[in-house]
Amino acid sequence: MGYVAVKGGSEAIEYSNTLLNYERIKGGSAPLEIDQIRDQLYLLVDRIMGEGSLYAPDLAALAIKQSAGDTLEASLMVRAFRTTLPRIGYSLPGSAQKMRIIRRISAAFKDIPGGQILGPTSDYSLRLLNFELCQESSKTKEESLRTLLGELSFPDPNQEPFLESFPKVIEILRKEGLLMESIPRHHLSTDHQRTVFDLTRQSLTFPAPRSAQLQAMARGETGGLLALAYTNMRGYGDIHPVIGELRVGFLPVTIRHPYSGVPYHVGEVKVTEAEIIARFVGKEGPPKFTLGYGLCYGQNEIKAISMAILDRAMQTEEPQAVSENQEFVLSHIDGIESMGFCNHWKLPHYVTFQSDLDRLRKARDQEEFIGPLDGELS
Amino acid sequence: MNPGYNYAFLDEGSKKEIRRKILKAVAIPGYQVPFGSPEMPVARGWGTGGIQLTLSLIGPEDTLKVIDQGCDGSVNAVNIKKFIGRVTDVRTTTDTICATLIQTRHRIPEEPMTDKQILILQVPFPEALRTVEPSETETRRMHGEADYSRLWLYLYEDIVKFKEISIGARYPVMVNGRYIMDPSPIPRWDIPKLHQAETLYLFGAGREKRIYAIPPYTEVRPLEFEDFKFRVEEFHDKVCLRCGSRNTFLDEIISESTGQRTYFCSDTGHCDKVLAAQEGQPS
Repeated sequence: MGYVAVKGGSEAIEYSNTLLNYERIKGGSAPLEIDQIRDQLYLLVDRIMGEGSLYAPDLAALAIKQSAGDTLEASLMVRAFRTTLPRIGYSLPGSAQKMRIIRRISAAFKDIPGGQILGPTSDYSLRLLNFELCQESSKTKEESLRTLLGELSFPDPNQEPFLESFPKVIEILRKEGLLMESIPRHHLSTDHQRTVFDLTRQSLTFPAPRSAQLQAMARGETGGLLALAYTNMRGYGDIHPVIGELRVGFLPVTIRHPYSGVPYHVGEVKVTEAEIIARFVGKEGPPKFTLGYGLCYGQNEIKAISMAILDRAMQTEEPQAVSENQEFVLSHIDGIESMGFCNHWKLPHYVTFQSDLDRLRKARDQEEFIGPLDGELS
Repeated sequence: MNPGYNYAFLDEGSKKEIRRKILKAVAIPGYQVPFGSPEMPVARGWGTGGIQLTLSLIGPEDTLKVIDQGCDGSVNAVNIKKFIGRVTDVRTTTDTICATLIQTRHRIPEEPMTDKQILILQVPFPEALRTVEPSETETRRMHGEADYSRLWLYLYEDIVKFKEISIGARYPVMVNGRYIMDPSPIPRWDIPKLHQAETLYLFGAGREKRIYAIPPYTEVRPLEFEDFKFRVEEFHDKVCLRCGSRNTFLDEIISESTGQRTYFCSDTGHCDKVLAAQEGQPS
């Protein structure tokens, strides 16, 4: 009977949740260990930490396991957990120059101070399915690891000291006076531009300061950022980016001691940083280069580059393309918001639909109205 | 209660922030106050704004009612009630009169509420002007300057096209003669209940990160023209097949066996009560 259909929710929800868990465990395979996910699906873990806005590899791995690999669900779990944590302080501003680098390239200059370091990247791998991985066991894995480490030659730190700090490529441009630090935004007060926004405590209002813009993108959904940045690269926009520098590595985190006030090192986070260079021709002065900046947790180069391109695109003085419109971009890149709202259409809308039916029937009853409204509704 | 989590899930700092924003919203009826809106363990668009308001206000003395589309037993209402129960241990009820806090989606209960109660409405689109203007920067300016001409024009054009204002649910209202406000997707049926009510109405939009309020005894008028008046939904002579009520908002249900249209109260708590009274049982 119709009336019952909308009721009985409790039991149905219980069974639905049980069934969801059943789907995950029903196969005969061994349960996934958190450390397996953290170590072997590390790019996925990185992505969840970024979109979930919490640097916690083990929790991200747990969320991946619990959500059966759904990136949006996993990020939501991580962010909802984040909500329960009090804000105890802010880290001090750090320079990516101090990054412990595992990868560092520039597309702008061939020879860069400190050298190009390719590091781990799938860019040049052949995307052929490797069927040998089907047979991988702990034993074969260890063997490969031994061979790999045997083949590698490590430089002697006494002869060739390890670089603690890599100069930034864009310094070359800065020294020549070719770089404009950021395009001045006259519509924002200096105060607004100087203080650092906290997106986890305040909601975005537009025009948003650059710190808010960067925070929103750092927790944005990778696919969403890529789609919007791609519109700009393809033609709906005109920034012609060059990757000045792309870095992947570990960034030291320092905070000020709450009592003594002394800055101290609390650890490091793995991040990807992208700096893109684009030309800027202002109304006054000679043409210069400007920067677009991207930084996100873990190794997620697509996200960092997309973010940098959008950061630059949104600095366009007279926005025309969608990727240049700050409100448009920042309002639509959060995966957790968009996935939730997309899913919410599955909720009952009986009342609103009833109200619409009433209006539609009424409109059709108006004698003089002749419209293409045919159907079964009257 | 769930060990490992603070009472009512949110940390006390976040609760305090939300309560401050509520006070601001009450002080400026109909004005949308931005707030941080941290993520809840429920997806955006599923009542996270309402949940945050409820969690920031709830205490051990409260009695909670949660309804979705008028129904206490609807899946999402059940789910929200379960979550809030898990983090607070609070009493729950389906009786409007017994509740101190009622969280609702798309309906205002049929029974009049009192000044001892708070109704918390979940809001998907807090911006009433979104229909005519997609940009938030622009709508904030329009509110600031009370520049509502485009919405009035929209209503006028609607009449030209349909000889009737075609807005179904989410009918825009003017609050305290100052701000045009989105009352959330309640049917037009519920709009008159907002005017000069005894109860405090709070609106929470989690995804869009806005809180707004209608304090008790506030002037709330639906937008209308002298010659084209606001009208609630018509059910003509239809009655609730279950309790026989003639003066409630009805859900239209197509009978599986006969294919006939039948009607039932949308407010199930009220329907149960009427039925119990008829059968001589205490509700």
